[in-house]
Amino acid sequence: MSNKILVTEDLTVNFDGFKALNQLNFSINVGELRVIIGPNGAGKTTFLDVITGKVKPTEGRITFKQHSNLRQLSEHQIAQLGIGRKFQTPRVYLNLTVRENLQLSCHRPKTVFSALLSPPSKAARQTVQGLLETIGLVLSADKPAQFLSHGEKQWLEIGMLVAQSPDLLLVDEPVAGLTDEETFQTGELLLSLAQSHSIIVIEHDMEFVRQIASHVTVLHQGSVLCEGSMESIQADPRVVEVYLGQTPEVA
Amino acid sequence: MSSTKSQQPQSFAIEVALVLAIAFFLAFILPLLLSDFRLKLVGRFLALAIAALGIDLIWGYTGLLSLGQGIFFALGGYGFAMHLKLQLPEGELPEFFTLYGVKTLPWFWQPFHSFPFTLISIWLIPMIVAGLLGYLVFRNRIRGVYFSILTQAMLVVFFNFFNGQQKLINGTNGLKTDTDTLFGVVMGSDTAQKFFYVLTVLVLVGAYGLCRWLTQGRFGRLLIAIRDDESRVRFSGYNPTSFKTLVFAVSGALAGIAGALYTVQSGIVSPQYMEIALSIEMVIWVAVGGRGTLVGAILGALVVNLARSLLSEKFPEVWLFFQGALFLLVVTVLPQGLIGWLRKALDRVLRMWGYGPHATTYPSLEEDLEQQHEQQNLGH
Repeated sequence: MSNKILVTEDLTVNFDGFKALNQLNFSINVGELRVIIGPNGAGKTTFLDVITGKVKPTEGRITFKQHSNLRQLSEHQIAQLGIGRKFQTPRVYLNLTVRENLQLSCHRPKTVFSALLSPPSKAARQTVQGLLETIGLVLSADKPAQFLSHGEKQWLEIGMLVAQSPDLLLVDEPVAGLTDEETFQTGELLLSLAQSHSIIVIEHDMEFVRQIASHVTVLHQGSVLCEGSMESIQADPRVVEVYLGQTPEVA
Repeated sequence: MSSTKSQQPQSFAIEVALVLAIAFFLAFILPLLLSDFRLKLVGRFLALAIAALGIDLIWGYTGLLSLGQGIFFALGGYGFAMHLKLQLPEGELPEFFTLYGVKTLPWFWQPFHSFPFTLISIWLIPMIVAGLLGYLVFRNRIRGVYFSILTQAMLVVFFNFFNGQQKLINGTNGLKTDTDTLFGVVMGSDTAQKFFYVLTVLVLVGAYGLCRWLTQGRFGRLLIAIRDDESRVRFSGYNPTSFKTLVFAVSGALAGIAGALYTVQSGIVSPQYMEIALSIEMVIWVAVGGRGTLVGAILGALVVNLARSLLSEKFPEVWLFFQGALFLLVVTVLPQGLIGWLRKALDRVLRMWGYGPHATTYPSLEEDLEQQHEQQNLGH
């Protein structure tokens, strides 16, 4: 139990009769990189919404580290506990420079008065510089983020996540709309981040999943269909059945 | 990196010098050039510019279009006017009360006997009202057009309340301040008006400094971040509600101060200040000047109001059409407002003379350090 960073028990989300999540039991170890796949409508994004507090669960509980129930907390409190989230489409502050984007995420404590009164610490500046190198945007550091390419925005958002120094990263479709080369680089980036964080990745791109995943969870109709290594998942007849006629990528 | 560090204090010094020079010109040179009548107009417009700064904070930076700034503007004006109305011999009531048969001073007038209380109340009361309203609205995540509608509805509520309360604050007639005295000086006199003109300039400089401080650092960047993508801010661990509430409260305080200074320079405060049109005009000033730039807000308030007074003197009928056309023109042709247009023109001139930033055709190539190295060392 102690080495689990996130556990959900009987998690149900009911949207007016439609169960987006249905009695979902899920857990992830500290330091693990887990990929969640599943056909459209399986509840993958809703799952992240529930963990981060955007959607409140109808039933069930979420345990994160020693915090036994995240239900009462709002989004920013959950983020402060150490859960960082990347959205499906890159969400960065377009009118701020790359460096400012990272600085905002990096800075703490995140209260009004510290934002007004305390200058950025030296450690924070160094963190930002290091992150710029990690995500390969040193040369664009002082450009407004709106001039970045789609792939660069994806990396910037991942960088902003890391700047929050969360214990658990939730990454929703990080390679949607990227070229093959960018996809590969993103995979490498996530693998290097996995050395110091626990990460949950949601992804459709099976090539990419193969690159990064050791352990895969398949969601179907709001519940866990099966879990295991990539090979065993692909061999599982239930998975093939669920995916048949939906996404041919698995084959 | 090192070059930007050494440039920062320098450009800061230039900006301070520039602001002080303009303030000096406005406060001491301009009165020599203009007639008393014109100077009073300019003084009123400068007061309005303070309110425009507040709108720029809440709308230009934070992206929340408030159509209710008139509430705070009028509250500040009423606060100061009530103090002036109470400059009477012991036991006497302001004249209008006797018309309605009121024998005792309403309780909320009592603290306005005190001058220090009045000075604080003209910004603190609007600030508290804005803060409370903002907190309730933002906590419930009301945004965008719903926020605008709500502020406008509040404006109507306040307008109707003030309009109907003859026995409390003289209702629709408002409070006239021209014949009242403060420290023995008649408010309508040239001395008092000159004093308030200079005071307005000084307060405007202070308000500009405050807004500059709020918007330059991380706080300012967070405001822009909230404007660009509020849920991203939330998921980064900030609570946008507290930031938005503070900014709205500050913008309310600025509107209150502006209202007080405007009132003493026009000689009256009345529920008219809470008419919907005025609050919308305030937004137009900021849009015309250029939102998201503090100088733009000030410039917009001055230019639009000067244009109004000049045009409405010559052609009283066309001003409203002109104002509408101006707004349309800015929205369609100059989305960055006058300031954005001036900056572009300045850039173009500088480039023509070989200064200024040069446009990169292939940024990724030309900004590549290796490429720059090769260009310098291998070229020609």
